[in-house]
Amino acid sequence: MDEALKIELSKQGIFATTLQELYNWGRKSSLWPLNFGLACCAIEMIATTMARYDLARFGAEVFRPSPRQADLMIVAGTITKKMAPQVVRLYNQMPEPKYVISMGACAISGGPFKQGYNVLKGIDRYIPVDIYIPGCPPRPEALIDGFMALQKKIDEQQLTGSNRPRHLNADEPSEFPVPQFGAHDLEPSLNPEVWQAPLVNISLADNDDSGTA
Amino acid sequence: MTLELLKSEIEANVPGCRLEIIPNPSPSGQHSLLIDPEHALAVAGFLRDAAHLRFDYCSNVTGIDWPAPKLSGKMKLKEMGDGMEHDAEEEIEAPATGHLEAVYHLYSMEKKHGPVIVRLRTEDRANRVHLPSLTPVWRSADFQEREIFDLYGIVFDGHPDLRRILMWEEFEDHPMRRDYREPNDYEYEPTAHDEVLRKTREHHGRTA
Repeated sequence: MDEALKIELSKQGIFATTLQELYNWGRKSSLWPLNFGLACCAIEMIATTMARYDLARFGAEVFRPSPRQADLMIVAGTITKKMAPQVVRLYNQMPEPKYVISMGACAISGGPFKQGYNVLKGIDRYIPVDIYIPGCPPRPEALIDGFMALQKKIDEQQLTGSNRPRHLNADEPSEFPVPQFGAHDLEPSLNPEVWQAPLVNISLADNDDSGTA
Repeated sequence: MTLELLKSEIEANVPGCRLEIIPNPSPSGQHSLLIDPEHALAVAGFLRDAAHLRFDYCSNVTGIDWPAPKLSGKMKLKEMGDGMEHDAEEEIEAPATGHLEAVYHLYSMEKKHGPVIVRLRTEDRANRVHLPSLTPVWRSADFQEREIFDLYGIVFDGHPDLRRILMWEEFEDHPMRRDYREPNDYEYEPTAHDEVLRKTREHHGRTA
């Protein structure tokens, strides 16, 4: 519907909307996060929900202790290899539609612990991530910003067509393989359907920070 | 009380024990006492219970890996004793010489003195890696001995609950050993340098 016409109608006391708008508004306004944290980022996440920053303003005040009742997984903190299967399993137990915020350097890439023997190099190796929030840890403002970015992303989703969200596409998986504990590492060490290593131009590795090809 | 005095006192009270003072040349000068594993439990009991010592608090237990002085990555020691050929990588990981150590830091809450640093040494790094657990003497050593078992592979006999504590049960390596080999899971590092740069090159098959 034409936006100008809609505004004109609303001036006359007639409110028009589409099912898509209503559906997206409902989803984005009641994102219930899963109540779990892994490391120091969780402290910032807790601070975000408290009175000073008050995440409840955005419709996310209900942290659910059960994955069955949650829409949003905020992966807040270092994911050790020992913890990774449980995180993936929790994600699998969440009903669609579900979203993932990867909060902090560790959840994105392993952060300061990257290349360590016990730390996963980012949760996006096993589950799809919607929003990445850099920081160590990110301040509550950053989490709120990331949260609003997720809301914006939801609001802009088309419910039909090839761009429709994952949960409306029957071909897209809702559950992802849980990695197993191996003799030397997690097996598999990543899920190639979700994540693939970026191409690296090794000749640039000596001098700088522009390693991508 | 100096360590020399303590040493002679332990020798007088625990017959047959073999002690050695390991000097620490650094400014801290925290010399330590090497105890033979057979008498470690008796010595620990004496340190805790003797009325004028009363080392009732074990604040820290840690492990040290002392590999063989010349650890060559290409050294392959084939063991054909049981008719089985072990694969080469395993041989590199476990050279027969060198040893592992467990280090205990002891304080006395009651007498307000310490620390006394006590070391136990395994015979080698491969098979004879058993040490007596001091958890029956100091309960606080429980988790830390498990951690040493996990990361260094020292087996503490007499420990009430010797399981891996940081890594999972199926894990086979000991990551804090100097010859630990990480799985080749290098992926991408935007600012590769030093160790990570070395990994980058190895991963991409370039040695220069």
